[in-house]
Amino acid sequence: MTTVHPDSGAPEVTLGKHVAAPTGPTVPGGLEAAKPATAAAPGDAKALYLDEAPTTITTPKLTHRPVLDPDAAPAVRRASLGKPTPEERLLAAGTWVASVATAWLLTQRLLPLPGVAWFVIVTFLCGLSFTVVITLLTGTRVEVVDRLAQVVVTGGALTLGVALFSTVAFVAVKGYEPVLNLNFLGSDMGGVGPQDPFDRGGIRHAILGSLIQVGIAIVITLPLGIGTAVFMTEVGGRFARIVRTVVEAMTALPSVVAGLFIYTVWIVTLGQPRSGFAASLAISVMMLPIIARAADVVLRVVPGGLREASLALGASRWRTVWHVVLPTARPGLATALILGVARGIGETSPVLLTSGAAQFTVLNPFGTSMNSLPLFVYSNVRSGDPTAIQRAYGAAFVLLVIVLVFFVIARLLARPPGSSTRKRKSR
Amino acid sequence: MSTTLPERERVDDKPTPTPRPINKTFTGVDAIFAQGARAVGATVLIITGGVGLFLGYQGYPTLQRYGWSFFTEREWNPEADVIGIAAVLLGTIVIATVAMTMAFPLALLTALYISEYAPPRLKPTLVSIVDLMAAVPSVVYGLWGALLIMEYASQFALFVDRTLGWIPIFDVVGGNPDAPAPTISRYSFSAFCAAIAVAMMVTPMACAVMRQVFSQTPPGEKEAALALGATRWGMIRSVVLPFGRGGIIGGSMLGLGRALGETIAVVLILSTTFEFKVRPFELGGNSVSALIANRFAEADGNQLSALLAAGFVLFLITLVINTLAAMVVNRSRSGAGTDA
Repeated sequence: MTTVHPDSGAPEVTLGKHVAAPTGPTVPGGLEAAKPATAAAPGDAKALYLDEAPTTITTPKLTHRPVLDPDAAPAVRRASLGKPTPEERLLAAGTWVASVATAWLLTQRLLPLPGVAWFVIVTFLCGLSFTVVITLLTGTRVEVVDRLAQVVVTGGALTLGVALFSTVAFVAVKGYEPVLNLNFLGSDMGGVGPQDPFDRGGIRHAILGSLIQVGIAIVITLPLGIGTAVFMTEVGGRFARIVRTVVEAMTALPSVVAGLFIYTVWIVTLGQPRSGFAASLAISVMMLPIIARAADVVLRVVPGGLREASLALGASRWRTVWHVVLPTARPGLATALILGVARGIGETSPVLLTSGAAQFTVLNPFGTSMNSLPLFVYSNVRSGDPTAIQRAYGAAFVLLVIVLVFFVIARLLARPPGSSTRKRKSR
Repeated sequence: MSTTLPERERVDDKPTPTPRPINKTFTGVDAIFAQGARAVGATVLIITGGVGLFLGYQGYPTLQRYGWSFFTEREWNPEADVIGIAAVLLGTIVIATVAMTMAFPLALLTALYISEYAPPRLKPTLVSIVDLMAAVPSVVYGLWGALLIMEYASQFALFVDRTLGWIPIFDVVGGNPDAPAPTISRYSFSAFCAAIAVAMMVTPMACAVMRQVFSQTPPGEKEAALALGATRWGMIRSVVLPFGRGGIIGGSMLGLGRALGETIAVVLILSTTFEFKVRPFELGGNSVSALIANRFAEADGNQLSALLAAGFVLFLITLVINTLAAMVVNRSRSGAGTDA
């Protein structure tokens, strides 16, 4: 917007003499003499040190509002420094069109490099070299390095994205066929052979088994994990430091070793049968350090001012923890728990060692073996039968969906209350 | 003329004021709370510490029985009473190393993309996707690696053997790469294939740590670099990467710790052998976790305690790596604000 100041009469303050410090004999009335100057220009602190009254002070009579000038030239849009110019965008697009064309020529016509993989690799390499050449036409070496870095970084991120997409898509495409049959979720494999068609048998036993096992593991780990975190952050002391060290060390425990531990203690030494409860114990041993550590991190970032405010108002420590610290940290604690659960429900190796695999629905976690989703997937893939493998894909798909649901719930809980679009606080 | 302080009259019957004693010990309900919390902490300490101690205690008779040869013997043959973890330990390290050579650049580039290059509106979504990747069950990545990627991986292994086969590491014994119909089965079910699936599992973890550290780079320093005329890459190289060095090292080491302990993807893909070799593109291999998963069912007595000892060695390795990672992240400047 073009504005014109009709009168450029800025307040003109002419000061007689600047004296940096009262060097001469101090005039007792100096302060009084400076008073009018301070009244006229209160921002000028130097006026206090004047030993003479200011000579002229001109102030504008009126304030004028800026007037829009209809004859002024149209406003120029502010240049955006961050975005590429149209020329740059066109060059980038041209580079990639050229590299796709060259890659097609090289792989399909000139060199014996069949397959999509080679095409993608050659395209990327061509894109890199064309970027270098085109940037060198106008720019310097510094710009070439910048462009190359951008292409390589974007390419790396794209590779990972494609890999994740291919994982999800692969499982979904291979596994949708058994899931389409309602009985896949509603019945179990009791009395159903591995080669029976998909309208017989299902994975109800595995889903229920997974949920029961993880449920028991939550009942064990939630109070212990959050209680330990509260102990480490709110009570403290030397003993808490020992606990923290050991808990952090045990997050390194490989899941298969956790399973082997329960297998040795519970099944071999104590002579208990393989059961859902043993699997829950193995999952708990694996999940407990993870949840305790994550909850500890969450509780530590609760602002200390909140605790002090509560204590200053006369609340006891216990009330402070229960009414201030835990509610403040609730979203973070929920995230910690759910991410731990997502990890626990997907781990195969502790379950493989401890639960055994029943082919029918078992609701009693004690005494008898019990199947679960990761174990079902694993054993069906190992069986080598095509129908069984396809059932495994279906079960893996269901497992993926369950993990996804847990994950979305965790994200929704972690979002700060009352904001749906605000950028989430990264933890 | 001098000023004098007013003389205070001494009143002897009043005692001089002393500060009120502050008692830091918990009283009443708080005492119950503190003791309860301490009891919970002690329980967890006993459980988690007990696992570590138990593993070490169980492994002790194995070490006593087999001595140093437990670490140098390649065979795992309980029937002949020959048990050693040299081959499986080497296999574990080979798989983890190959996985990290793939996972490290991918994680670093993705973290840089998300924190520096991605459009700001996409950023939260990308962060969620990476976190979601970390939550995908390992058995799913195992399926993906065994039944989708294996074919391409063995073609790639064939290509590597054909072009770089003269380097001993890339050689595939019995592969016959120059024959018109090479024996492709020699290139499948290899440590390389398993490492691809493991890399998929490890990358999001390492990427999440790196991205978090990059996002804490002081914006003032980034703007200063840009204002001095640096390109975006110049800014990243001179500000973001030096600041995030601790996060880069720490994140990769956390990933490495996870890669060493990964079981199911390895069991699903790798065909088990007890050879002592560093040829990742060749059929067959082994790892400590795969050994445990394959052998626990038939194990009794000696073999079970040997498996526990092997698990304990694996745990010690991951423990050392995780501790180093935590130290690197905490020591570096970038770790200053990670967890209050």
